[in-house]
Amino acid sequence: MLIVYAIVALGLIGLLFGLMLAAAAKVFYVEIDPRVEAVNELVPGANCGACGFAGCMKFSEAVVNGEAEPGDCVPAGEETVAEIARVLGKEVSASGSPIATVFCIGDNFKTADNFIYEGVEDCKVAGEMYGGFKACSYGCLGLGNCVRVCPFDAIDMGSHGLPVVDKIKCTGCGLCAGACPRDLIKMLPSGDEGHLVLCASQDRGKTVSKACEVGCIACKACVKACPEEAIEMNDKLAVIDLEKCTDCGECVKKCPPGTIHPRSAIPTAEEAAARAAEKEKESA
Amino acid sequence: METLLSIIFIYIFVENFVLQRFFGICPFLGVSRKMETAVGMSMAVIFVMTLATLVTWLLYSFVLVPFGLTYLQIVTFILVIASLVQLVETVLRKISPTLYQGLGIFLPLITTNCAVLAVTLLAIRQEFSLVESIVFAIAASVGFSLALIIMAGIRERLEMATIPEVLQGSAVTLITAGILSIAFMGFQGMLSL
Repeated sequence: MLIVYAIVALGLIGLLFGLMLAAAAKVFYVEIDPRVEAVNELVPGANCGACGFAGCMKFSEAVVNGEAEPGDCVPAGEETVAEIARVLGKEVSASGSPIATVFCIGDNFKTADNFIYEGVEDCKVAGEMYGGFKACSYGCLGLGNCVRVCPFDAIDMGSHGLPVVDKIKCTGCGLCAGACPRDLIKMLPSGDEGHLVLCASQDRGKTVSKACEVGCIACKACVKACPEEAIEMNDKLAVIDLEKCTDCGECVKKCPPGTIHPRSAIPTAEEAAARAAEKEKESA
Repeated sequence: METLLSIIFIYIFVENFVLQRFFGICPFLGVSRKMETAVGMSMAVIFVMTLATLVTWLLYSFVLVPFGLTYLQIVTFILVIASLVQLVETVLRKISPTLYQGLGIFLPLITTNCAVLAVTLLAIRQEFSLVESIVFAIAASVGFSLALIIMAGIRERLEMATIPEVLQGSAVTLITAGILSIAFMGFQGMLSL
């Protein structure tokens, strides 16, 4: 019997408060712009802060009030931005969301190690210790700071020891670029066009070739080979201007260590894993 | 009158809710990073605690006790606090948008603040009268605010200080809270009900 009383009493009290709340919601109803809620439904809702507002809700309000553009939501992607614009009846300035690209291909098999690191799983910590365990002091340490910071689960640590960006999941929020202590992740415009020098080393060619099979040795062969003059030397590193690059592939043929790759060939997670497995088989 | 004054003194200093009773540690550590947010939270807590104590006291004395349902105390009080916060939010939004903006996220956060539940339960356990309960709630929440604002002031200064790397972040915050708590122990035994 006691339990019945308890249930009835609690139910009645709950009902009373519920009715009170319902009444209050009616009496004190505040008209909110329905567009704010509509926009808030559309945005990814990760509260990443890439737009510069305190959370997705604040961004939605700002967009409706005209303080922000739909495109300011970096992770939203083209489709979502278009849809937000449709809700607001606005034109969108078309620009695809950027994609995170890792500028290092010196994986566990191609780059030598100076010593075995058994410390904390953190690139920043490892990098501070005697300049990092990798022979190349510019290359990716592969301890996954970028993987951990990604709110969209778009970066995986490949079994070859390099992070692999899922181009579909990547929303271009840029958190990984900020998390990499060696600044190896750059946000590039979306799309697969253009070639890239996938190296960040500013060491002399000799030092690079000792440390890494695939690092840029600053031989300038690509600069000479490029018919569009799209490649320039930035100190001891070749850099390709994506706007000028026509994907002719001449630089790839001339590059001795094979540092230059077309963007379309940057492997997905599965491909990278398959390649790593193949390598392992060879060495075994 | 004398009792009311001693309630005020005791629950602001001697039995400070945060530093001596260890209620509401989560908001104490969570929102004490900036003075501005600390003040906002304090105001919201004072407001909600007083209101919650008033309503729960009435509910307890005029509903739970006559019907012999005092064992439902905790559940109903949680219900009351949650609905009350929701109600206050709805009303504030309409009546005073400025205050609503000012309190902002802190209002819904208070729903889960154990200090609010503690104040309502303690008011019953101490067998306070209605006036005493309300004074007690105000004193307890002012004590909470005092601790929160002192902490915010210290933490704002800590931002400038050079802290050994191992102690940075939450470590130094917890140590600060501990020292603050020890300092408040100085009031211990000064006055009791």
